[in-house]
Amino acid sequence: MQVSIAQFFQRSDYLMSLPMILLTIFALGILLIDLMLPDDWKWANAATAFVGVLFATAGLIKVQIALGEAHRQMVPAFMNSMVIDRFAIYFWYLFLAGAAVAILMSVHYMDVEREHHGEFYALILFSVVGMMCMASGWDVVLIFIGLELMAISTYVLVGFLRRDRRSNEASLKYLLLGAFSSGIFAYGLSLLYGLAGSTNLVIIRQRLAQQMAAAGDHADPVAVLALLTVATGLLFKIAAVPFHQWAPDAYEGAPTSITGFMSVAVKSAAWAMLLRILLLGLAPLHKIWVPLLVFVSIATMTAANLAALTQNNLKRLLAYSSIAHVGYMLLGLIAFGSANTPSGVDGIRGILIYLLVYTFMNLGAFAVITSLRRRDVIGDEIDDIAGLFFRAPTESVLMLVFLLSLAGIPPLAGFWGKYFIFLSLIETGHYVLASLAVLYAVFGLYYYMRIANAMLMRQALDKEPLKIGGSMAAALGVTALATLLIGIYPEPFIRAVDWSLGLSQHPAIAHLVK
Amino acid sequence: MQNHILSIILFTPLVGAILLLFVPKESKDAIRWIANLVALAGFIVSLPLVPWFWVQRFEPGVKFVFEAGQWVQRPGMFKFVDGIPNTWIPSIGAGYLLGIDGISFLLIMLTTLLGWVSILSSWTAIQERVKEYYIWFLVLQTGMLGVFMALDFFLFFVFWEAMLVPMYLLIGIWGGPRKLYAAIKFFLYTLLGSVLMLLAILFLYFNHHSVTGVYTFCLTALYETAPKIPFQYAIWLFLAFFLGFAIKVPMFPFHTWLPDAHVEAPTAGSVILAGVLLKMGTYGFIRFALPFFPSVVMNSKVRGWMIGLSIVGIIYGALVSLMQKDMKKLVAYSSVSHLGFCTLGIFVLNSVGLSGSVLQQINHGISTGALFLIVGILYERRHTREIAEYGGISNVMPVYATITMIMFLSSMGLPLLNGFVGEFTILQGAFMENRLWAGLSVIGVILAAAYLLWLYQRVFFGTVTNPKNEKLTDLTPREVLTFVPLLIMAFWIGLYPKPFFQILEQPVNQIVQDVRGSEPNVMAKTPTHKSVDEITQTSPPAVEVPVAAKGKK
Repeated sequence: MQVSIAQFFQRSDYLMSLPMILLTIFALGILLIDLMLPDDWKWANAATAFVGVLFATAGLIKVQIALGEAHRQMVPAFMNSMVIDRFAIYFWYLFLAGAAVAILMSVHYMDVEREHHGEFYALILFSVVGMMCMASGWDVVLIFIGLELMAISTYVLVGFLRRDRRSNEASLKYLLLGAFSSGIFAYGLSLLYGLAGSTNLVIIRQRLAQQMAAAGDHADPVAVLALLTVATGLLFKIAAVPFHQWAPDAYEGAPTSITGFMSVAVKSAAWAMLLRILLLGLAPLHKIWVPLLVFVSIATMTAANLAALTQNNLKRLLAYSSIAHVGYMLLGLIAFGSANTPSGVDGIRGILIYLLVYTFMNLGAFAVITSLRRRDVIGDEIDDIAGLFFRAPTESVLMLVFLLSLAGIPPLAGFWGKYFIFLSLIETGHYVLASLAVLYAVFGLYYYMRIANAMLMRQALDKEPLKIGGSMAAALGVTALATLLIGIYPEPFIRAVDWSLGLSQHPAIAHLVK
Repeated sequence: MQNHILSIILFTPLVGAILLLFVPKESKDAIRWIANLVALAGFIVSLPLVPWFWVQRFEPGVKFVFEAGQWVQRPGMFKFVDGIPNTWIPSIGAGYLLGIDGISFLLIMLTTLLGWVSILSSWTAIQERVKEYYIWFLVLQTGMLGVFMALDFFLFFVFWEAMLVPMYLLIGIWGGPRKLYAAIKFFLYTLLGSVLMLLAILFLYFNHHSVTGVYTFCLTALYETAPKIPFQYAIWLFLAFFLGFAIKVPMFPFHTWLPDAHVEAPTAGSVILAGVLLKMGTYGFIRFALPFFPSVVMNSKVRGWMIGLSIVGIIYGALVSLMQKDMKKLVAYSSVSHLGFCTLGIFVLNSVGLSGSVLQQINHGISTGALFLIVGILYERRHTREIAEYGGISNVMPVYATITMIMFLSSMGLPLLNGFVGEFTILQGAFMENRLWAGLSVIGVILAAAYLLWLYQRVFFGTVTNPKNEKLTDLTPREVLTFVPLLIMAFWIGLYPKPFFQILEQPVNQIVQDVRGSEPNVMAKTPTHKSVDEITQTSPPAVEVPVAAKGKK
């Protein structure tokens, strides 16, 4: 019998993937238009990319409305390989916000670097498509394809400064380690397929649960091996210790706006993937991965906070700080995974809020660092930011806001991320972990305040006033406003997170909540 | 009908700071005028509170309880309540809720007064980055007022932490030679204390939920459930609170940040730091630690440690002061000693000691604030604080020398001045519990006289030995104006403290009753209706209370 493949695709599939389709069209369009643009018109690529993000956002709003009209928690698409639910929509918004700000940050910067090519923006859009696949993947194959699309785009973006040796080195290092970890990850996925006979996460979960029940609540050694290899890949992508070594190098070498983009959007995508896989597919093994994560998170917080203390390069310092933030977020997952009551859901809430606030405050900090770059000044050492107050008072105060927010001082956005993580730990009785985490937060304050000290209390080495372009001002304004607004009135954002989690009715969440 | 006076007092400085943002930074005098007017306005808007509060000083206030699905007001401790619980961030149960009782009323008046005085005192001292300076100072003012007004634990925590930032910047930007070190030390030390406190707050929050099913940070609601936490948990929670507050006070082993911060901070920063910031620690003990954990603070071991640390602080601070060569450091260490009296008064846990402690906090704000102003005035003229550089100053600056003498006497606790009333009442409270405690603490009073009088002798008496000191100018009218309110307060409290004790009577008795339960104690023998003359004439009632009788489980 002849079966047309077309009958498996429905109209709703295309509606649900509308943002991805739009982004791809714009990315391809940029590649075409770029060939026709004269050198001093390269900013038009950025404008096109920005419009593309706006269109994708409009598409996403349409998806959200369609989901609401269908009165469904989720809509599977493309033969169950993808699932559009509130969780995915939340992350899609985050990716688009991160990409939009990164584009705004790049316009002037790439001009200064004399590397203003259309591919740059096309690659950003492609990587967002990959992220969207990762956040909405129900099928490990789609997740893997999304991961690779994002990763390959990022490898190129990291090495985009062709004439800069640091950028090349960073790109190569990231590529080699990234490919290696993807290989391990893929191996783990293949083991899961072997165990479950399917690549769908829901079926994997069912089979694993059945097998465990049949074996008297003992995990199959192969399942444990699969878990370890998959976890290795996931932990590499979120840059958790001991798989973090690539991050400081890649962050330092990459164009600064891309460093910002990687530390928020790419990281959020990796988190979305990690949450999907651990909470959905590998949920039956949570008795194994929770202790594993306890070890990883303590190691991550310790190593990253200690390493950050002595960094003198701003990008490297923020790289270590971003690793430290991963350590805190992992605590939320531990609180959730180890709880037998609905209380643990605060941990997942914490992770989602953390990623939201982190997107804005970290991009803001990177925007300030990006603006330090001039034709003859690289501007990413602590000495370069010294006396920034005398060169650009507004910017230095905004940077102070971002740094205090990163350190978790209320009433700024960053406090809420930490607050919900600590909340979930206290709620589930992890008092020792919580105490450890708050003590590391004090370390964090020290290295952030080193930057603030230099910026506000030292004399400028370089007296020239800083010029801020319009797009950079927009990027700074949006991130600072969000950091303050979420900090002072977080209610709507907490509600957005609760909405995206369906308040524990979500299939990816509900199963652990007995 | 709600009275919004507290919100107005709270946000006046912040509005002023926002206003200053729009003044160009070149017009320094305009900035100074605006900042001073805003600070004065901040003080003036708090004045109506005085008659209003006076009228209802013995009347019951309100508290919030959650009944039948909604928040209702019941008779309680707090007055001028502004806001409703759980309305700021309903999803976590945090609310914008302000309210005061006698204790916070006095501290708020102290804050608005000292805020104005210290802004007035910075007119000539601050010449660089003037605009920023006043903006941060006014933001700090709002943060401090918020700490004393918040009736929502979450709101309290936000103010408590947010206030660190402007203080850190004031020390770090306008401070002395080692300002970077001092600023970061201050920030890290105090943050370390408060992060563990956050965990303890969260524990109380979940405890309240598991008992009542309501998520809230409303203080009066938490008062109902927190004391019932079993001792083995409560002791840890108390320690977390203790760390946060003890660092702030600072109590003996946690005091090392204080000399650094004080010495490096600009004069006005020191005044606020000593006058108000340190009181947040003692206020925290009174407002949170005592009513939340009665079983812990009544435990004889815990109480012994607290009193022991206080007494060590009193004597150690005084001894170290005696040795100082730097005037500002001397005053800074004397704060450790004086704050030791305040914590002693808190942990003797009777109404005499507690009301003495609160009054002594006000006194310390007035006297030590003035001492820092005094040191700052000399520093501004000579740019040194070395005691050896001076001598015979009373010859060239007679007005200054007179004011200094009065303030020194007030700080060392001479009768008829404010310091005496506070210290005497604390010692009386300590004596009622244990004569040894009072006896040891008296050493601190003697040493205070020693280091202050010796300092006065070296700096002011004799002939002018250093030629650089011959041309020093006496106080300007502006500088005299900064001392006037402090002098008035010093004499007022010293001569007629009755109104202050009356204001404190209700909250202090309430707290002692909460802590001690129904145990018959010395509450009936409070001196609150006696004038200071009566107190001095009648010998303190020697009632020995079995300390550890209650609270052990």
